Amino acid sequence: MQTPEEFELSRRGVLVGGAASVATVTLVPIGTATAATPPAKSPPTAKVAFEVNGTKRELELDTRTSLLDALREHLHLTGTKKGCDHGQCGACTVIVDGRRINSCLTLAVMHEGEKITTIEGLGTPDKMHAMQDAFVTHDGYQCGYCTPGQICSAVAVLDEIRAGVPSHVTADLAAAPTVTKVELRERMSGNICRCGAYSNIIDAITDVAGVKA
Amino acid sequence: MKSFTYERVDSAAAATAAFARTPGARFIAGGTNLLDLMKLEIETPSHLVDVSRLALDKIEATAEGGLRIGAMVRNTDLASDARVRRDYGLLTRALVAGASGQLRNKATTAGNLLQRTRCPYFYDTNQPCNKRQPGSGCAAIGGFNRLHAVVGASDACIATHPSDMAVAMRALDATIETVDAAGKVRAIPIADFYRAPGKTPHLETVLAPGELITAVTLPKPVGGTHIYHKVRDRASYAFALIAVGAIVQRDGTGRVALGGVGYKPWRVEAAEAALPRGAKAVADGLLAGAKTTHENAYKLPLVERTLAGVVAQAKG
Repeated sequence: MQTPEEFELSRRGVLVGGAASVATVTLVPIGTATAATPPAKSPPTAKVAFEVNGTKRELELDTRTSLLDALREHLHLTGTKKGCDHGQCGACTVIVDGRRINSCLTLAVMHEGEKITTIEGLGTPDKMHAMQDAFVTHDGYQCGYCTPGQICSAVAVLDEIRAGVPSHVTADLAAAPTVTKVELRERMSGNICRCGAYSNIIDAITDVAGVKA
Repeated sequence: MKSFTYERVDSAAAATAAFARTPGARFIAGGTNLLDLMKLEIETPSHLVDVSRLALDKIEATAEGGLRIGAMVRNTDLASDARVRRDYGLLTRALVAGASGQLRNKATTAGNLLQRTRCPYFYDTNQPCNKRQPGSGCAAIGGFNRLHAVVGASDACIATHPSDMAVAMRALDATIETVDAAGKVRAIPIADFYRAPGKTPHLETVLAPGELITAVTLPKPVGGTHIYHKVRDRASYAFALIAVGAIVQRDGTGRVALGGVGYKPWRVEAAEAALPRGAKAVADGLLAGAKTTHENAYKLPLVERTLAGVVAQAKG
């Protein structure tokens, strides 16, 4: 039997040995390496200024930076989550100029002058937004990873219904859409919850909308 | 993602000029498809021309009684427009059947028309794909292809066009307006917009490099009952297995366009003339010469049955 300490030692030993063998394989004469890889040119950057949760922010970013990475890695607003990074899961949903979007599928530099609201801007633990409060009340999550995106999406969904935006399940295109479970399920389909908290999420949203579920 | 330089332009003329002077340039608007493909290095532009703020975001009445939809009009705004909901219900229905609320808030009219196929082999850079890498072969033929084309395909490519919106626009006889760097404008009927894959599936539309879509126009409304029936693997937020877009008049005549069956929204005017005789006659004409794979033969009866349902629904 190994004690935990012995196991740690032997594990470290394996790691050291591994690193050494890698180093041996990658030894290349310096002259050859220089010829093969020209000095890296720093990637193009651009400046962008926008407002995040009511605060003006100015950044100079590698042009490739998504709005999601700008928020998380540069502004350290880590409430917005990176799930799939391809617009399929909705964990990165934020509200830009009043509209929910996937922050992973948009370049930060394209948002000059715009107003961005993240989960941190909706409310704080001391002063929660009504939707955050309802998610807690109705247990609208398990692991919580998709929750910031779900909540940002839910807030915008109620605005969309109020604005008369139709959905796939709106029966009459001439009439104003209403808050029903079927409407909410359809409109929230861009936010995936792999824990399966969907029914409680719909309860939370209907609670905030002030209608009977 | 490959690095790129970026510029934002404020006019169509500035956009086409920027494209013309910068090798490797691409226009970007909503970006929901282009950025996805850039992350996978399927698209590798060295310069992005941001056209998202061009003043092409209006929906205006035309002198002919139709609508001119600016290229930058977002999918959500197009679906919500009161005139579209009233007179072109098929277009609203198709739009809200596609993507998610978040994506529809970003995706533009022009970008929706130009989105690339969701063939899994196009997306997988470890696989051959004639559309992604001309001449490399087609992994979908003989591979996982239950989602793929049954009409209009070639030995080089069996990918489908993923757009729902384009199916409605085909049924509505939309016209695509463009401008190039020389300032030349042209109007392309949507029926002529997409190129058959043939031996060159990487060439998807008749647009020349640097030609910019400025608007899509719809002729005056044709009335009738507008129905878009999309069949997919889950109830929401999935691409079509097949989709039927139809406008049916009281006398039983009408128009039918299909999604999910070919490289473009599929409409055969001669076939839809059989609409008063029922779904089978129309489906037979629409799918004449269909070539199925070992996995997608189900699409032929699915089209006929879905169309039968649509016709029954139209009769009320």
